[in-house]
Amino acid sequence: MSADAKRAAVIVACAIVVAVIVGCAAGLKQTQTPEAIVTDHMAQWRLRNPDRANRWVEEEKERHKLQPPADNSDILKGEQGKGHAYGGYTERDVLLWARETEKLAVEGSRIFHSADRLGGTVGVSCDMCHPDAANTHPETYPKFQPQLGRVALLRDMINWCVQHPVRGKALAPDSAEMRALEAYILAQRKGTPLNYGKH
Amino acid sequence: MHAQPDSLDRRSFFRRSAAAVGAAAFAPISVGVGAPDAQGAPAFRFAYISDSHLYSKSLNDRFARALMRAVDDVNNLDPQPDFVFYGGDLAQLGQAHELELGAQILSRLRAPLRIMVGEHDWYLDMGARWRQLFGEPTYSFDHKGVHFVVLMSVVEADFWTKRGMTPMERMVTVAGLDNGVQSPFTVGPEQRAWLHKDLEKLPNSAPLIIFSHSPLYKLYKNWNFWTDDADEVQAILKRFDRVVVIHGHTHQILTNRIGNIHFHGLLATAWPWPYPPQGVPALTIQMSRPDPFNPLDGCGDGEILVHADGLVDKVYNLWNRSPITVAKGYTASWGKECVPPKPNRPSF
Repeated sequence: MSADAKRAAVIVACAIVVAVIVGCAAGLKQTQTPEAIVTDHMAQWRLRNPDRANRWVEEEKERHKLQPPADNSDILKGEQGKGHAYGGYTERDVLLWARETEKLAVEGSRIFHSADRLGGTVGVSCDMCHPDAANTHPETYPKFQPQLGRVALLRDMINWCVQHPVRGKALAPDSAEMRALEAYILAQRKGTPLNYGKH
Repeated sequence: MHAQPDSLDRRSFFRRSAAAVGAAAFAPISVGVGAPDAQGAPAFRFAYISDSHLYSKSLNDRFARALMRAVDDVNNLDPQPDFVFYGGDLAQLGQAHELELGAQILSRLRAPLRIMVGEHDWYLDMGARWRQLFGEPTYSFDHKGVHFVVLMSVVEADFWTKRGMTPMERMVTVAGLDNGVQSPFTVGPEQRAWLHKDLEKLPNSAPLIIFSHSPLYKLYKNWNFWTDDADEVQAILKRFDRVVVIHGHTHQILTNRIGNIHFHGLLATAWPWPYPPQGVPALTIQMSRPDPFNPLDGCGDGEILVHADGLVDKVYNLWNRSPITVAKGYTASWGKECVPPKPNRPSF
């Protein structure tokens, strides 16, 4: 094939690609929402990358039992949100809240069960004394912790354990790890009445 | 909320233990309870240590020190027990160096050692190193008229092949008490057949003590406080007048009775477990919640005083607390007599 013929072929090919893209974009603009496009792309990516698909939430939930977040589907019933700036929610909102909330608790579960993620130095993770976060009783905090000589929050006790049995470094109170650990521990005590100060 | 450390030192513990044994020897015979020999002095005693979950000493010295303390405890018993029973989970991740460290520490015991395997010892190399060090995991022996059986009760159905797990991934999965990917523990048909044959020659009145790492009953499946074919194993034991089953794995005071079978748990040296959320058998007097600020609280070792009929007084030698004895009269009377002291704190 001559150089001219090649150039012509490339030009034709480019024109076809541009036409297809423009055509698709125009078509999509009319028929598909941005969410649907993203979902579609994600589904295609998952199909092409079955091993790399990000299934960590499902995998962690299979390993370690997690209490599900509250079911908020009630607020979609009737016309509760009608005419209000606040409260006009859709099914998508409710699903998103549940998914994101659960995701934080699931991430907490992964840290809770991993000496490495906790920054431990002696191979000890939280679940070794607290399977399924048993015996963590987050509902009793804040309370006066006589061994610490002061009122402790759940995060103070988490940090005590991280520093002592786990022999790691105390987590910053607002660190991603601490937030996730608190989420997991609180999630596992779902339904337990709050009773701060209880010994 | 935390248990007050008991001021009992080692010497007064032995004094108290001796007093307890003496008291048992002179206790009045209660008619109609338990066995033909009633509440006489025990025929012999052995000590136990269990669930040490060793890492290498350089990674984690705490667990190694705890096992060393238990060995010291047992070596200081005077007179020495007839033998020492190790209840399984010597290693945390079944690694050769963990098992070897355990064997090295246990070699310092003055009394002979009998050992059982736990799931933490097994699922890295499927028992290869453990067998080299300690022999076959399923066996029986006779001692002073009592028939003892040691089972390998932590057989799990293959969950790893279809997931393409490495041996270490399999081990870590089994090592997680609350890991739901693993299978329930079983004794399995082969061992059940072996057990049936092993017991065949014994009369129904024979004193019989069975060791299993997991409880040979169904308590809480999520944490494998459970043996999936417990009913089948219990059926094999049903014809005997009385059977004692002693198990590890649960790291706590745990007492149960199902028909003719009396169950006792073993304390761990590594850490105590919480009680399962759905509750415990009616006969269990729960130990109060361990103090999180004291790494040895709720841990310990103990002794088992065996009576001629095969029933036992089970001594929980809790480090940091007064020892607790669950006497044979307690399970024999379905909890009506010889009630052990109830702790003054809740267990949560």
